[in-house]
Amino acid sequence: MIVDLQRFIANERPFWAELEKMLDHLEADPDAAMSLQQLQLFHQLYERTAAGLAKITTFSSEPETRRYLENLVSRAYGEIHETRDRQRNFYPIEWALHTLPRTFRRHVGAFYLAVAITIAGCLFGGGAIALDPGSKPVLMPFPGLMQDPVKRVQEEEKSKGDQLRGVKSTFSAELMTHNIKIAILTLALGMSWGFGTIVLLFYNGVILGAVAVDYIRAGETKFLLGWLMPHGVIEIPAILIAGQAGLMLAMAIIGRGSRLTLPARLRAISQDVVTLIFGVAMLLVWAGFVEAFLSQYHEPVIPYDLKIAFGCIELTLLTLFLSMSGRRKKEAEDGG
Amino acid sequence: MKTSTLVIRTPEGIVFSQRLAGPVTRFLAWFIDQLLIQVILFVVGLLIGLLGIFSSGIALAFSVIGWFVVGVGYGIFFEWSWRGQTIGKKLFRLRVVDVEGMRLQFNQIVVRNLLRFIDELPFFYFVGGVACWLSPKCQRLGDLAANTVVVRSPRVQEPDLDQLLAGKFNSLRQYPHLVARLRQNASPGEAGVALQTLLRRDDFEPLARVEIFNDLAEYFRAKVEFPPEATDGVADEQYVRNVVDVLYRTRAESGDVKNVEEVKS
Repeated sequence: MIVDLQRFIANERPFWAELEKMLDHLEADPDAAMSLQQLQLFHQLYERTAAGLAKITTFSSEPETRRYLENLVSRAYGEIHETRDRQRNFYPIEWALHTLPRTFRRHVGAFYLAVAITIAGCLFGGGAIALDPGSKPVLMPFPGLMQDPVKRVQEEEKSKGDQLRGVKSTFSAELMTHNIKIAILTLALGMSWGFGTIVLLFYNGVILGAVAVDYIRAGETKFLLGWLMPHGVIEIPAILIAGQAGLMLAMAIIGRGSRLTLPARLRAISQDVVTLIFGVAMLLVWAGFVEAFLSQYHEPVIPYDLKIAFGCIELTLLTLFLSMSGRRKKEAEDGG
Repeated sequence: MKTSTLVIRTPEGIVFSQRLAGPVTRFLAWFIDQLLIQVILFVVGLLIGLLGIFSSGIALAFSVIGWFVVGVGYGIFFEWSWRGQTIGKKLFRLRVVDVEGMRLQFNQIVVRNLLRFIDELPFFYFVGGVACWLSPKCQRLGDLAANTVVVRSPRVQEPDLDQLLAGKFNSLRQYPHLVARLRQNASPGEAGVALQTLLRRDDFEPLARVEIFNDLAEYFRAKVEFPPEATDGVADEQYVRNVVDVLYRTRAESGDVKNVEEVKS
């Protein structure tokens, strides 16, 4: 039996047009709410169109009509069967003060793992420099770090005037964008079952450990702290949080101990990964600003004690923020 | 098993499919997007250059940030605003959709765009291209993480049979019992082949057009034999047109059509 196509189209066209109109309205305004009557009509139109699609697939071989109906049915199907929360309006302050720290705490295990990997790298890098100072060019192939620490400190403390005059903004922007790219790469490499993320975190630790031991052995610990702390207490945790997000991706890919399918596991963590990476971007913007406008100035321009104290305050606030912010709201929600 | 279509079965038992876009088409769309990004960056650079009047350092800083934001944010902005399409994808009629047919969410768009950093390694999306080629649903790593696929989004419009079938006398209709038998004997697939051949008739070479309609006419003549007075002097193409007319159109009957208003009430 072949369906009478023209009659079929003539009969059903008004219903398709009505369904298309409702779909266009829903897609243009995601927050639009439908009354019960409208919902019933929408569902009836969806079922009727779906039945029409079944009919045309079985009794006719007209691909254009089938494609048209498939398009309508797929759009309506997405609207009806979507069970995830609609994307409501975005409230940046609530997101920053509640959503971000709670997301961090929810996956704090991955963060601790990222910290452990970085510390392992630090021990390796520091140990290598302590045991074999000649390995410095291999571990830290960056021109700025190759200089003897004592000579560098003498040059920095002797220099008069603002060496970064006119370029601080550019330097700050370059730091921000470079670090954010590194953070995104650390996250993205979670797709390599975490190997890439682990390598980046470990290597980051190696450089940190090597620099630290190099300057400590040279007796320039105070300079080191004054140089790194103002921006480092924000930048290093930001990279660790990016590593946390990468490891979350890796754990979703591996799926050990989970009965969910791979798509379901990835869907479950997708929102949290995005929250964390946006938080990382915020932190790195601040760190880039501080590194360009504060960290590069040394005694006698800015006393080391002041820079170290500033770094300690930042670290304390960051720790309090990540560990405490959003708790009161959650307790209120849990209490009902 | 690799497939070129994404098939979704609804709880109501309806099956609908969407054609997946392959790596080559996606690469071409991406290439167009890259060209557009360069144009946008040029324009942004010109505008930011005006800041150089006040401070070259600040102007350069904003350039650096602008380059980064445009490079990363282009895909996120357009795919969120245009429900899964960028300008390049629009040109090639591609669209990003959820792999299970659900509504595309913002975090999916962000994840698939951020993971371009790994998909584009080491150059020109080599990792992404290999992943797409190996994936059953042509997903690069970003699509896999975000549970999205890229499908072809063909122009959809209601088919217009009137332009094909209207206005011609059909000699076969004088024999309704034979027409009924033909409708019974011809499968939907066979009718579809005849219809598609008619719709695409102008695409054939002249000789091929004659041959194909000759073959089709012979095929349908073998199914039901109409009297000579209905078929004599009728060219093969016209015969196939008549066959398609009787297969796809019967006389409209009144009284059994509900309209939308009746359904609404």
